[in-house]
Amino acid sequence: MQTSERKKPNYLNAEHTVASWLLTVDHKRIAILYLVSITLMFFIGGLMAGAIRTELLTPAGDLMSSDTYDKAFTLHGIVMVFFFLIPSIPATLGNFLVPLMIGAKDLAFPRLNLLSWYVYIVGATIGIVATVTGGLDTGWTLYTPYSTAYATTNVVLPAIGIFITGFSSILTGLNFIVTIHKMRAPGLTWFRLPLFIWAHYATSIVMVLATPVIAITVLMVVLDRGFGLGIFDPKAGGDPVLFQHLFWFYSHPAVYIMILPAMGVISEVIPCFSKKRIFGYNFIAASSLSIAVIGFFVWGHHLFTTPQSMYAAMAFSIISFAVAVPSAVKTFNWAATMYKGSITFEAPMIYAFGFMGLFLVGGLTGLFLGALGLDLHVHDTYFVVAHFHYIMVGGAIMAYMAGLHFWWPKITGKMYPEGPAKAAALIIFVGFNLTFFPQFLAGYAGMPRRYHYYPPEFQIFNVLSTAGASILGFGYLLPLCYLLWSLRHGREAGPNPWGATGLEWMIDSPPPPHNFDTTPVVNWEPYDYPAAHRDAAKDAVPEAASV
Amino acid sequence: MLLSLSLFPPQASTNAAEVDALYLFLVALCSLTAFGVIAAMTFFAIRYRRRPGNEVGADIHGSTVLEIIWTAIPFVILMFVFAWGASLYFKLSRPPEDAMEVFVVGRQWMWKIQHMEGRREINTLHVPLGKPVKLTMTSEDVIHAFYVPAFRVKADVVPGRYTTLWFQPTQTGEFHLFCAEYCGTEHSRMGGSIIVMQPAEYEAWLAAAPGGGGLPSGGSASLTPVQLGKKLFTEKACATCHLPAPGGVGPVLVGIYGQQVELASGATVKVDEAYIRESILTPLAKVVKGFPPAMPTFGGQLTEEQVMSLIAYVKSLSDGAGSGAAVPAAPAASTPATLAPAN
Amino acid sequence: MSEIASRLQHHFADEEQQYDAATFGMWVFLVTEIMFFGGLLMTYVVYRTTFPQVFAEASHHLNIYLGTFNTIVLIGSSLTMAMAVHSARLNHRNALAGYLVLTMILGSVFLGVKSYEYAHKWHEGLFPGNFFYDGPDAVHQRLFFSVYFALTGLHAAHMIIGIGIMAVMLRMTLKNSFDENWYTPVELTGLYWHFVDLVWIFLFPLLYLIERHG
Repeated sequence: MQTSERKKPNYLNAEHTVASWLLTVDHKRIAILYLVSITLMFFIGGLMAGAIRTELLTPAGDLMSSDTYDKAFTLHGIVMVFFFLIPSIPATLGNFLVPLMIGAKDLAFPRLNLLSWYVYIVGATIGIVATVTGGLDTGWTLYTPYSTAYATTNVVLPAIGIFITGFSSILTGLNFIVTIHKMRAPGLTWFRLPLFIWAHYATSIVMVLATPVIAITVLMVVLDRGFGLGIFDPKAGGDPVLFQHLFWFYSHPAVYIMILPAMGVISEVIPCFSKKRIFGYNFIAASSLSIAVIGFFVWGHHLFTTPQSMYAAMAFSIISFAVAVPSAVKTFNWAATMYKGSITFEAPMIYAFGFMGLFLVGGLTGLFLGALGLDLHVHDTYFVVAHFHYIMVGGAIMAYMAGLHFWWPKITGKMYPEGPAKAAALIIFVGFNLTFFPQFLAGYAGMPRRYHYYPPEFQIFNVLSTAGASILGFGYLLPLCYLLWSLRHGREAGPNPWGATGLEWMIDSPPPPHNFDTTPVVNWEPYDYPAAHRDAAKDAVPEAASV
Repeated sequence: MLLSLSLFPPQASTNAAEVDALYLFLVALCSLTAFGVIAAMTFFAIRYRRRPGNEVGADIHGSTVLEIIWTAIPFVILMFVFAWGASLYFKLSRPPEDAMEVFVVGRQWMWKIQHMEGRREINTLHVPLGKPVKLTMTSEDVIHAFYVPAFRVKADVVPGRYTTLWFQPTQTGEFHLFCAEYCGTEHSRMGGSIIVMQPAEYEAWLAAAPGGGGLPSGGSASLTPVQLGKKLFTEKACATCHLPAPGGVGPVLVGIYGQQVELASGATVKVDEAYIRESILTPLAKVVKGFPPAMPTFGGQLTEEQVMSLIAYVKSLSDGAGSGAAVPAAPAASTPATLAPAN
Repeated sequence: MSEIASRLQHHFADEEQQYDAATFGMWVFLVTEIMFFGGLLMTYVVYRTTFPQVFAEASHHLNIYLGTFNTIVLIGSSLTMAMAVHSARLNHRNALAGYLVLTMILGSVFLGVKSYEYAHKWHEGLFPGNFFYDGPDAVHQRLFFSVYFALTGLHAAHMIIGIGIMAVMLRMTLKNSFDENWYTPVELTGLYWHFVDLVWIFLFPLLYLIERHG
């Protein structure tokens, strides 16, 4: 049976030329293009993180100059946020899986999808080349008037890079929205959609509504700097804090662009390895949407120390607490999904557990920052740094790894090696906590962020953190090695190694070029593991996962 | 013990203990929640692991009752945390009436501090124990943030406007002062210390070197901000139009601080530091009703310290009759022709 | 060449789905455009409420006659664009080409008038990079012109892109690419052009007509 499958063309072996990759309009191949590019970005950003952590081993800052240090953390932030995290799950797993999960042959606009990758590559190249050659020292937040009038480094080019990359994200979001609305297979109603799709739908709304605002904002920075427009320059009568409002109007929802797809992944992985329906499907779907919507009204919580009115601050604070509720609801539902399950512990599940732990810490420490009086102390300290790394690295990347392992058999047709994968998950989890937990303590003890030199009493936290970072770095290299290894040496996966429900598992691995030979007609509920189990027992097919 | 000491900055202001209380409450609340969820998941993972006889999960869709419970309970708790945080913030952002005032100007990469008694210092702020201190701050270049971990306070210092911050020290000693908003290459070196002294020592320190602090500033160093403002008021010919009694080209400034004035546009505005500052630097943005838009702009002609001194002087005119800071008579010779419109 | 089947891309079930997806996609794109202009309009709103009088005065430097003329030109171009889409629907190829050309001409007239206004501002010293105007509260007047140039410049960039797209439509029309069953690109171009016109309908009063009443 497997030999006959191997002869069938799939999206990987259908064509072999370089042009067939670079000019492909197949969403699966574009997902692979994105996967390769963002992996590269991740390691560039990671290299900078390594440089930062090494430098902070000692309080005296004796490895590099302040100027170099500032450029290192700026490059780290820009690469990780704009060129890695924003496209991470949506552009790779999302691109690959959205059409498969809804029974479509491709995204609605395949050429636009390819264009979005090229736009991304152009933007990222400009951004990286400019920051590496000239260097940019404004921090990824590009705060005015430092960025517009005082920085002596090259602000314009990286800003243009961010501007361009934004369009890639807009195009991806637009494509997902139209695809999810218009391309669902017959019978696949909204409430039969996998929660991964709901999460990507919510993400796309954020991408489409928020990204244009950052685009116009960095454009204004470029014009301010290039043509002396003075919109954000207090010397020209402008208001530098207005920039922060516009910036965070995008950059706070941007966090949801990172975490909502991560939540989507977790909502697939936990039911599959619990062999159980997801608990509270409607509530998880609704919470994705409410996070996306409420998330647009909380940006002001980044500005509690700026001269915004006291009442505005209070409004932003209360809404920020409100947006914590749907995240809590999701977490409780995931935990409840395991109740009376039939739980196994393959690598995706281990990564999902890691996500749960880290996301819990990240989310709960957000309450400290939302509490107004407390935020005045911890704002712009390492407490904030730790908090958002728990969400964006602990949460989003753990889920990304969970998803990558979960769908790796589908994407490549090969199984990854289970032992190293579990080991990597544990190493990453331990390394991550050792890196970032001490930063909470350093932050509350009063260590400001973006500090090249720091008072010696904070050294203990930084030494712990750097030690953790070396473990974490090693942990992140492991999947790169064994996943590449599996491409050649991995066991054949077969269509559905996990016994998972969902349309993507009903076709070959890797999928054929046009996904579905005949359009599927859906007349079942999502996550119907009890029914899947009955069917499997009826067909008496040997279970692939138990091999 | 050593470790536990370094987990908190010194608790050196009246607010510090309250901030720490909220922090500790949240630490307890969050630990409880996290351990609860993790314990439940661990229990489920062990209890419901795949075993012979447990090949598939139970057929459960969900529970609306549970969803309502775990939506409502967190919501109520979170609103409580909000209220606690907000009331603390309310307190932290409203300086007491009797707070002593200090001017702070940030620039890349130093803090310039001006005491009302005339003494100036750089990167160090001496304050007396037990007395509320209100800082009025601005920046000459980019955004900075004034951060004293031991007092649990922080406020951005923004060019083109004033921000304030207050604290009441409860411990003598030397505490870190940091710039918390990234401001360029030497950001991490833009700091210094807050030195809290016994009130008597502080008085002695103030008196010891009037105008000291090693800041050469063109002969005006020995003056208090009010004196300097008074001097500038004459030098810049403000006194020509702003007479002590009605009849001048500009509004009378005696007693104006803290009042509501009606503008030419019909709106009203409260005369505070921000409005006085704006009226000096861009006088035509908000002209008081009944006066010609005749005032020349002083934007770019005054340093931030000079503007602050002028404000201090204008404020002193509203301190009551006994302040001794009457508006000086206009020196007729220096009346610029452009400033004498027929009235 | 103009087989219906050839226009149906492989991943769509039928023509209707393809058409629905295309128009829906265009609407979503226009929403992103609203947010794009929205960031700048927000800036405008913030500064106008902060400096209402300065904005009113600065606005008087704009030539209301040229602004009105341009508004009429753009409304006219929306009409010709609508006629172009109508002609496409009826498969009137020559009329379609004619209306497209007319729309492009009207768009160019708008841009010509706009560049005349820009040049005038430059000479008056009202261009932010070349600002030597010395009236009352020049600092904040300059802010008005910064916002003015940013908004109208962004709008003009959209017009230029629109004219470029129409050139492509014209070429496709002349190559006989459209018929009454398939003219989606023309329709989408129309949506885009109406949006660009609509932006101007907001910009004109916001920039030119501050306190002009009475």
